[in-house]
Amino acid sequence: MVSGMIVLEGVELRRGGRVIVGPVSLTLGAEGITMVMGPNGAGKTTLLRALHGLERLSSGQIRWAGNGNALRERQAFVFQTPVLMRRSALDSIAYPLRLRGVKRAEARERAAACAEQVGLRVNLKKEVSDLSGGEKQKMAMARALILEPALLFLDEPSANLDGRSTREIEEILNRIRAGGTRIVMSTHDIGQARRLADDVVFLHDGKLAEQGPSAAFFDAPQSSQAQAYLKGDIVL
Amino acid sequence: MKFRTIIAAAATAVFATMAQAEEMKMSVTTSFANSGLAEVLLPEIEKDTGITVQLLVVGTGQALKLGAEGDVDAVLVHAKAAEEKWLAEGNGTHRREIMYNDFIFVGPSDDPAGAAKADKATGALQAIAAAQAPFVSRGDDSGTHKMELSLWKAAGIEPQGDWYRAVGQGMGAALNTASGMNAYIMSDRASWLKFANKGDLKLVFEGDPVLFNQYAFLPVNPAKHPHVKNDLANKLEAWLVSDRAKALIDGYMLNGEKLFTFNAKAE
Amino acid sequence: MNDILQGMARAARLVVTLDADLVEITALSLQVSLGAAVIASAIGLPLGAWLAINRFPARRVVIAVLNALMGLPPVVVGLIVYVLFSRSGPLGALGLLFTPTVMVIAQVIIITPIVASVSHQAIRELWADYHDLLISLKANRLQRIVTLLWDGRRALMTASLAGFGRGVGEVGAIMIVGGNIDHATRVLTTAIALETGKGAFDMALALGFVLIGLAISVNLALHFLSRTERGSRW
Repeated sequence: MVSGMIVLEGVELRRGGRVIVGPVSLTLGAEGITMVMGPNGAGKTTLLRALHGLERLSSGQIRWAGNGNALRERQAFVFQTPVLMRRSALDSIAYPLRLRGVKRAEARERAAACAEQVGLRVNLKKEVSDLSGGEKQKMAMARALILEPALLFLDEPSANLDGRSTREIEEILNRIRAGGTRIVMSTHDIGQARRLADDVVFLHDGKLAEQGPSAAFFDAPQSSQAQAYLKGDIVL
Repeated sequence: MKFRTIIAAAATAVFATMAQAEEMKMSVTTSFANSGLAEVLLPEIEKDTGITVQLLVVGTGQALKLGAEGDVDAVLVHAKAAEEKWLAEGNGTHRREIMYNDFIFVGPSDDPAGAAKADKATGALQAIAAAQAPFVSRGDDSGTHKMELSLWKAAGIEPQGDWYRAVGQGMGAALNTASGMNAYIMSDRASWLKFANKGDLKLVFEGDPVLFNQYAFLPVNPAKHPHVKNDLANKLEAWLVSDRAKALIDGYMLNGEKLFTFNAKAE
Repeated sequence: MNDILQGMARAARLVVTLDADLVEITALSLQVSLGAAVIASAIGLPLGAWLAINRFPARRVVIAVLNALMGLPPVVVGLIVYVLFSRSGPLGALGLLFTPTVMVIAQVIIITPIVASVSHQAIRELWADYHDLLISLKANRLQRIVTLLWDGRRALMTASLAGFGRGVGEVGAIMIVGGNIDHATRVLTTAIALETGKGAFDMALALGFVLIGLAISVNLALHFLSRTERGSRW
């Protein structure tokens, strides 16, 4: 990581007078997988949503430096609970293409190919509500990947999945990371974080407790909260 | 997509066009339409003159109002005072009397008040009032009701008491009430002839000229409403006062009884 | 009770023999109310969706007015439309009074608030589901509305059918602006009012049964067509 691409300066989000996140100042590099970690209520989801532009900042700013602007234009988000459209799996995956004016037949063709890539091997004519939990998550991944994002956010992508589905999702993430896609994701699963992360952002109570390369973070966490969290204690 | 087919089909239905013939509109009162005479006259009018007359069947007040607004080409009603006021306001060209039907008194078959023996309508009412025999009144401010009130006034009686029942309803409902109570009632002849629930009632008094109900034809004034089809209205009037109309009107029978009497005068 | 049985028998006879007058007034009922439902849907569905996804100061007021308009008596709508389209009124020159066109206009006014209000409810729930996804995918306002209308189409069809139901069963407005002219503007409901006034209860009831049958047929037809499209689920 030579230079920072996404720079947060004093970012703060308040809702109903309560501070959810912030103030947070940090810099994210141009490549790799950044893992946002922290106990429940630390503000992981809110931070990811703020980066993606889904939340209005109460104060501070997010700057997209250098070729960060290219990232900014081409980003996608996989929500913790997949948004299930009232459509078939195929049309759900094709939907982002349709929004960008791709013809229905071509969009479906590309959606089928994308489903294949994420290993979604079901009858794609099925309504998404009829898919299993893991299939729904893969559908959401395919829908996020179909526009070939340069920057991909994932909010606990394997929170409710069994081991097999979790492994498949991680394989996909490793593959697209290798393909050059920048990934920022959150997880509860310390094992998953160890397996995937290049660097870690550790939040506690809405504030940045610690940030650093994965190896350093897991071997020698600096903050007392991260130490407690990694040990398995309940962090207050 | 089936969904789109449905929308397209429905949209086509909306914009389907309507046939255009030589048509005119005439507002008439409910009693005329209910008599059934219109169903005899309209096809003959179309055959003889080529005019399709579209009837707007409404109350007397609304019939005149539609003419005053220019929404019909002619009016056929039976309310002389109101018609003359309407003409005086410049709404029509003239008033042409066409025909009349009449009102009758109906009562219990044994006629306890002896109304049948009277030689005038007012006499029959006086007999009913004297006997305190039950009498049902429309009580709804309709043309028939107004006629009944004017007769009571002419008879010098202010009807009130247990025996006088104002029901505030239409002719059919009022006749049903009279039948149920075995009471006297004033009705137009057509409604009585068509009434299916006569019970013990029968016709007890008829024929006094004050009971005649004059129908008049009034073309809407083209000076006030230039778009009205005055030429068609005049053509229709010419037909309505013709011998052909006279034969059809005088010959119209309901349950074997004559309902209307043609009385248009040649000009 | 006897009247009802006679009415049913008469209705059956009219339908089986395809009575010419009955076919004519039934077709006009269908044309006017289906037409009004289509136009009201074209206005009311996007309006409902727009109200569901936009926040603006007068939004609550607009929704309250919409809900209040649902209870508007048809006879009042009829009077207003009559005054507008009367030869002496501002739109009199169009010469539309006592035509099926003005009957459609009156019914559009009656139906649109219902369609808009019901679709607003349905779209609001769908929007809550879709909100994050549509914002994330940078769908513009028009695309959001189109997506919500398309994915909510089954609930919205119910809104349109509710509008059609109110239209086809409505007599107050259509009587005033249409005039119940034989062979021109007579529809099932005005014919029923006419037959009732004549005391011909069996005929009035027969027409009433035809009206009920018509409403059920339209509902079933639409539901059937949309189910075959969807395949396994309803």
